Amino acid sequence: MEFFFVTLLNSLSYGLLLFMLSSGLTLIFSMMGVLNFAHASFYMLGAYFAYQVGLHTGFWPALFLAPLIVGALGAATERFGLRTVHKFGHVAELLFTFGLAYVIEEVVHLIWGRAPVDYRIPAELDFTLFTLFTTQYPAYRGFMMLVSVGMLIALYLLLTRTRIGLVIQASLTHPEMVESLGHNVPRVFMLVFAGGAALAGLAGVIGGNAFITEPGMAVAVGSIVFVVVVFGGMGSLAGAFIASLIIGGLQTFSVALDYSILDVLGIIGISISRDSSWHGLLAITVSQTAPVMPYLMMVLMLIVRPRGLMGTRET
Amino acid sequence: MSTVFNLRRAAFWAAVAIFFAVLPLLFKQSFALSMLSQMGIAMIFALSYNMLLGQTGLLSFGHAVYFGLGAFFCAHALNLIGAGKLWFPVTMVPLIGGFAGLVFGLLFGFVTTRRAGTPFAMISLGIAEMVAASALMFTGFFGGEGGIATNRTVGGTMMGISYAPQIQVYYLIAGWCLVSMMAMFALTWTPLGRMANAVRDNPERAKFVGYNPTRVRWLMMSLASFFAGIGGGLAAINYEIVTAETLGLVASGNVVLMAFIGGVGHFWGPIIGAVLVTLLQSALSNYTQAWLLYFGLFFLVIIMFSPGGIANLVTLHKPAWKARLLPRLLPSYAAAAVAGSVMMLGFFALIEMIYHYEAKESVDKAFSFFGVELDPSKASAWIGTLVVFAIGIALFYGARKVVRRAWENLTPELQKAGAL
Repeated sequence: MEFFFVTLLNSLSYGLLLFMLSSGLTLIFSMMGVLNFAHASFYMLGAYFAYQVGLHTGFWPALFLAPLIVGALGAATERFGLRTVHKFGHVAELLFTFGLAYVIEEVVHLIWGRAPVDYRIPAELDFTLFTLFTTQYPAYRGFMMLVSVGMLIALYLLLTRTRIGLVIQASLTHPEMVESLGHNVPRVFMLVFAGGAALAGLAGVIGGNAFITEPGMAVAVGSIVFVVVVFGGMGSLAGAFIASLIIGGLQTFSVALDYSILDVLGIIGISISRDSSWHGLLAITVSQTAPVMPYLMMVLMLIVRPRGLMGTRET
Repeated sequence: MSTVFNLRRAAFWAAVAIFFAVLPLLFKQSFALSMLSQMGIAMIFALSYNMLLGQTGLLSFGHAVYFGLGAFFCAHALNLIGAGKLWFPVTMVPLIGGFAGLVFGLLFGFVTTRRAGTPFAMISLGIAEMVAASALMFTGFFGGEGGIATNRTVGGTMMGISYAPQIQVYYLIAGWCLVSMMAMFALTWTPLGRMANAVRDNPERAKFVGYNPTRVRWLMMSLASFFAGIGGGLAAINYEIVTAETLGLVASGNVVLMAFIGGVGHFWGPIIGAVLVTLLQSALSNYTQAWLLYFGLFFLVIIMFSPGGIANLVTLHKPAWKARLLPRLLPSYAAAAVAGSVMMLGFFALIEMIYHYEAKESVDKAFSFFGVELDPSKASAWIGTLVVFAIGIALFYGARKVVRRAWENLTPELQKAGAL
């Protein structure tokens, strides 16, 4: 029971973090039709900037400054990179972000080196929030959830209750109409791209010290975010939300379960000798399969329902 | 140009065959020979990738899966031959890789080719991740971190061929490369190849004329995986070790770079890309730590300014060449080359200075850059480099105008000569 609740809380905080990444990605995709390969690189940059800025100002100013810098970089990427490539079509746009991810990783190597940097949880948040049965739950995990949920509500209010949110929503479906009403649609695109990048940056700021800040973090989380977006349905925010929680839960739970089919068979009284050719396969524990799980889920989803959970379009 | 089997084309392939045969006589060093072998493998791989991206419009980020699986199957086949459990000529072992690629292409392609465009790209990435993660799980087949070691000489000596010396392996690779190239080229002329182009350009119309776009994509993907598997098999024979990296995401990304830098719009583009990228990777990595950064930036420049790749840049000059007006462009190109070199030198020097400045292990940070001593701990070095870089940028922008004017002057004459 204890294991279940603690893991549930962990998967919730991880799932919310995934949603901060996938929401930006799916918004950018539904607006511009561009799958941003560099999205996870912005996440990584958020963590590194927070570390660097935090060295001078401490954690709290960095929490605001780092996403702003990442957002500005995102705006520049859209304005000077993607807009140039746009005329060559979607494949060129996709490959541009792919190349950008490559370059960002190398620049991170160049500036911060290949080893992880010492980006730590601030001392103010380094205490136990509550004790569940016997497990002490760290306050920082609670803080992560707080920030994610706050961000989520802010995003929802921004999109549904404000003028700019309505313009963004309208530009998603009727860009020509919005343009003829006198709005600058390319600028809206730039803002959305910058906003998505800033969201990813914020996820990096709060995720980088909870996990680890190293040059490989973008690649590690990048493909999971893609899985979330495909699983939830391309372009659907609600789908991305549900998928984030499912995939987050799946990964966290399967990492924590150190059992194999062999153990299950052992419980019901069947033992398989070590010499059997099936032994190796059956001895694989659930935690060993954790890295494969999200992708397997994605493939299954594509077979059963190609458009994803809440997706509206086929391609 | 109407059929595959015409005299000019036969003469062309014969010339390619002779070229492949003569190459190792020109480059005798063992380093050059292993690089040529590497290029041959990369050429097959990049061409097979272009069957997806260039011909069918499928942007895959997981093509190395089929290359790698082909390599693993071949490594196991060689080990079985060595153990006497299987009889199969080593020369034909790449076919085993090809069929492994084909089977997995059919299997995974069935799922992935249901969607085209961006979803296909993401799904191919997901499949690649899945296979890469499973490779570390099933250590029996994939050998875990260490990979599977094998021995290419298991077939013994047959007519003087034992595949122990690298030169014999080179000829094996060259032979398979030639056959694969011809097969892939011939495929572009078949109804399937033509329908693949139609599906790429307009799947809806392809449907109207009675073809199922999903089926066409699936077939093309399976065939591309077949050729990738052959390439993988050759890699297993060449390196005598296959690790999980062979089918990883980096390898998949690499082939995207090769094909795109070379040019996906032309059959020959990926060959240029494969040769160039292999050269750059082994040459640059000897000189600088930052080579991956240069490589990534080079890729971005190609996408932003010449999305048709190098092949497109070359064919752009075909009309001028035909009208014998190409020399008129050369002075402006020479100016651009000089300006570009100054700019790049400044840029490289700057990046190298940052790298050496950040390097923690060495106390003495000074280094030699093309014979010039640069010391990143001195302000003068930074200012000097920045000045060179700035001058280079200014010169290059000027040279760009010169090139543009040369083209503008040439265009009416080309039109008059009927070359455009």
